[in-house]
Amino acid sequence: MNLRLHIWRQKEPGAQGMLKTYDVADVSEHMSFLEMLDVLNERLLENGEDPVAFEHDCREGICGTCGIVINGRPHGPVPKTTVCQLHMRSFHDGDSITIEPWRASAFPVVKDLVVDRSAFDRIVQKGGFVSVNTGNAPDGNAIPVPKVNADLAMDAASCIGCGACVAACPNASAMLFTAAKIGHLHSLPQGQTEKGARVYNMVLAMDDEGFGACTNHLECEAACPKGISALFIAKMNAEFVINSLL
Amino acid sequence: MNTELSGRTPLGSLADKWEKHKNELKLVNPSNKRKYSVIVVGTGLAGSSAAATLAELGYNVTAITYNDSPRRAHSIAAQGGINAAKNYQNDGDSVWRLFYDTIKGGDFRAREANVYRLAQVSGNIIDQCVAQGVPFAREYGGYLANRSFGGAQVSRTFYARGQTGQQLLLGAYQALSRQVGLGKVNLLTKKEMMDVVVVDGRAHGVVIRDLVDGKIEALTADAVLLCTGGYSNVFYLSTNAKACNVTAVYRAYKRGALFANPCFTQIHPTCIPVSGDYQSKLTLMSESLRNDGRIWVPKERGDTREPNRIPEDERDYYLERKYPSFGNLSPRDIASRAAKEVCDDGRGVGPGGKGVYLDFADAINRLGRNVIEDRYGNLFEMYQRITGEDPYSVPMRIYPAVHYTMGGLWVDYNLMSNVNGLFVLGEANFSDHGANRLGASALMQGLADGYFIIPYTLGGYLASTGVGERTEAVREKATEAVQHSEEKIRHLLAIKGNRTPTSFHRELGKIMWDKCGMARNEQGLRSALVEIPQLRDEFWNNLKVPGTGEELNQSLEHSSRVADFLEFAELMVRDALHRNESCGGHFREEFQTEDGEAKRNDNEFTYVAAWEYNGNNAPLMHKEHLRFENVELATRSYK
Ligand SMILES: Cc1cc2nc3c(=O)[nH]c(=O)nc-3n(C[C@H](O)[C@H](O)[C@H](O)COP(=O)(O)OP(=O)(O)OC[C@H]3O[C@@H](n4cnc5c(N)ncnc54)[C@H](O)[C@@H]3O)c2cc1C
Ligand code: SF4
Ligand code: FES
Repeated sequence: MNLRLHIWRQKEPGAQGMLKTYDVADVSEHMSFLEMLDVLNERLLENGEDPVAFEHDCREGICGTCGIVINGRPHGPVPKTTVCQLHMRSFHDGDSITIEPWRASAFPVVKDLVVDRSAFDRIVQKGGFVSVNTGNAPDGNAIPVPKVNADLAMDAASCIGCGACVAACPNASAMLFTAAKIGHLHSLPQGQTEKGARVYNMVLAMDDEGFGACTNHLECEAACPKGISALFIAKMNAEFVINSLL
Repeated sequence: MNTELSGRTPLGSLADKWEKHKNELKLVNPSNKRKYSVIVVGTGLAGSSAAATLAELGYNVTAITYNDSPRRAHSIAAQGGINAAKNYQNDGDSVWRLFYDTIKGGDFRAREANVYRLAQVSGNIIDQCVAQGVPFAREYGGYLANRSFGGAQVSRTFYARGQTGQQLLLGAYQALSRQVGLGKVNLLTKKEMMDVVVVDGRAHGVVIRDLVDGKIEALTADAVLLCTGGYSNVFYLSTNAKACNVTAVYRAYKRGALFANPCFTQIHPTCIPVSGDYQSKLTLMSESLRNDGRIWVPKERGDTREPNRIPEDERDYYLERKYPSFGNLSPRDIASRAAKEVCDDGRGVGPGGKGVYLDFADAINRLGRNVIEDRYGNLFEMYQRITGEDPYSVPMRIYPAVHYTMGGLWVDYNLMSNVNGLFVLGEANFSDHGANRLGASALMQGLADGYFIIPYTLGGYLASTGVGERTEAVREKATEAVQHSEEKIRHLLAIKGNRTPTSFHRELGKIMWDKCGMARNEQGLRSALVEIPQLRDEFWNNLKVPGTGEELNQSLEHSSRVADFLEFAELMVRDALHRNESCGGHFREEFQTEDGEAKRNDNEFTYVAAWEYNGNNAPLMHKEHLRFENVELATRSYK
């Protein structure tokens, strides 16, 4: 198939960016979206032009490195699919595709489609862990966990930290990401001891990093490639309120 | 030329060595620990667990990764599980059995004492991860669940759906994040290590390049830990993440660290077959699928019927036929070669005949679709997303692909290379898997190294050597190493030729896959030794990199890595050529039994080949002879 791409090009942080148009021919339906961009980049390189910078690593939908807004949708048109797992069989000959970076003031553009997501790491640093030093642990089976809780924890822990939830949210809120980590730890007995401080510190960190508030649009849930449920946000909000009252 | 190396394994009985050694290692006084600075390069399982634990102990830690977050290290992609000798299943598992399976799985080319220690600490890893909140799979009673993996007859693999690596890495990442938040770890992301600063045989620091603004600088420390993963991407196509590379360990090799068994690479039997020449990487389908999936090809050559139309008695379940006691759970090297054999015989399926079926029909009939969905749902989804086919109704098509590298920098029992103060952990070292790694044991090794071994052995080293004085010589060497890296970058940019880094990488990968891949022979290896230098010459004369070295320049990053692969590949081939035997993942066609099984040569090759860089001359080989005092060198049989 033949495609017309409109890609955001921006030389460096703070620089003026713009959409540039590229035509790519003979795209196979078996290619992944990123392989299609690889083909474009090889051509740009051969012509002595600067290839389009985009982030990726595992290309298996698990590392959370890739992230591109395709025709206005983070990670593109297929639900629960990262852009590295999106295949060209989801597009048609003659399609025009607009390709942009995540847009959020807490995720500044570094170059073209690459943004800086270190704010997520800083939120985790404020409480997204269990404070247990190496060597402190009792036998694994000394802490039985009901299967339903373990499954719920695993659902939340599946978050890959990609940032699509932020990119999808009209307020650029990081609620789903933060709630997923809190939901993971608070579904387990191991997460109980530091519950109050965790939710408090992580929510404040979110505000400090410049993420917006949640006004229940639920765009985050729709964009999340791992299907993280927005119910975790409700749970986190409740815990935050309780903790603030204490 | 061949000097004998010693692994410095402590004396004593196998079971007591580690305990005794820990008791004898010198200790650093708690209040002195912060005076010692440690650089940890890499934040995968090995690096994150080490950096977090060392910071908890009080050392002054700097952690470095080229990823934009420590959580994105390649460990995140591990699917199937992690082994531990817990014997929760009461099926007869023990430290001894895990040790024995690992040594045997490695085809008797690993150090006994290291492997035994690995089995000993395996249980502690599970305990630690559970305490961190890693959501391992549970039985209905709330206790930990297990599954089986290749090369074992007990069920000892712990897992978190098909995302075990992700959950273990997030556990270690969270422990690391806690230390970063407490100000005890200085975390540097998007920085690539370009060189090691070595003065008088001691590592004093590293050179790093900022991938966003291109700035190159030296960092000094009292010890350096390389936790930089494996080099499977020398084959271009592999199951590794795109950025995985050999640069860190290869640079260390060029500064004097020995590179052990580079030719020991693992081909994983269950990956999605290649679909076109634009293909950028290969995707693994976890080995755990072999618990319930049956592998087969048609009995007749060139049978192009739809799989579901081929009747039962016209199918060859070749693993079950050839290896009745392990069947579909035969070790990786054996299962991979068997797949190649049936495809070479013209019985492969799918485009180009490069595939075999992995069929779940029986399991779905027996257990119900729900159970299979619960066990492997996300893997089935991934398969469908990539191939457009539904594995619940048509068998998966799989083919072997490069997956893991057992070779790596040589380390002694303390995980220290021959360069003082340069420690190597995780996949980057050569230590525990011999010539073939069993499934679910890389995660175990990475975390064993980081959580439970290095905290002791590093302390022992620092307590006996003291801080590394920043002498004039160290400063000079650091400046020189920075200049060296700057020069390399300038050189890559100045070539201004016509070929892209990817085109060179692809071509190198093809040479390696054809001549130094699943099966190797002298003729092929010799021709690779001619082709690789030719390609390297062309690279340095005809490479095209746009842009500058002072900005985010992904082509430049890639070129710098390809440059190292182009040198390293030759070392790998040399190692494969010298090892005149077949063992584990190293299959030399000249050395096989009548029925096509690997033929080891214990008389001549029961050693680790550790190569020393020798400038423009051929590298020098040192041998560490492996002594087996507790197990008998048996012919590995899974029949
Ligand atoms: C698809 C897949 C599935 C797997 N499944 C399993 C499984 O089920 N069970 C199992 O036991 N094993 C499995 N493995 C193997 C296992 O995942 C790896 O061997 C292991 O995770 C390696 O961990 P590591 O910490 O040594 O290195 P990695 O996780 O590869 O981390 C390397 C780190 O080093 C950094 N780095 C590298 N070079 C540089 C440099 N020059 N400068 C700065 N930073 C650098 C990277 O940024 C990264 O942080 C699997 C592997 C693959 C590919
Ligand atoms: S919650 Fe979903 S969209 Fe947000 S970072 Fe996690 S995986 Fe990505
Ligand atoms: S590249 Fe890893 S999730 Fe897409």
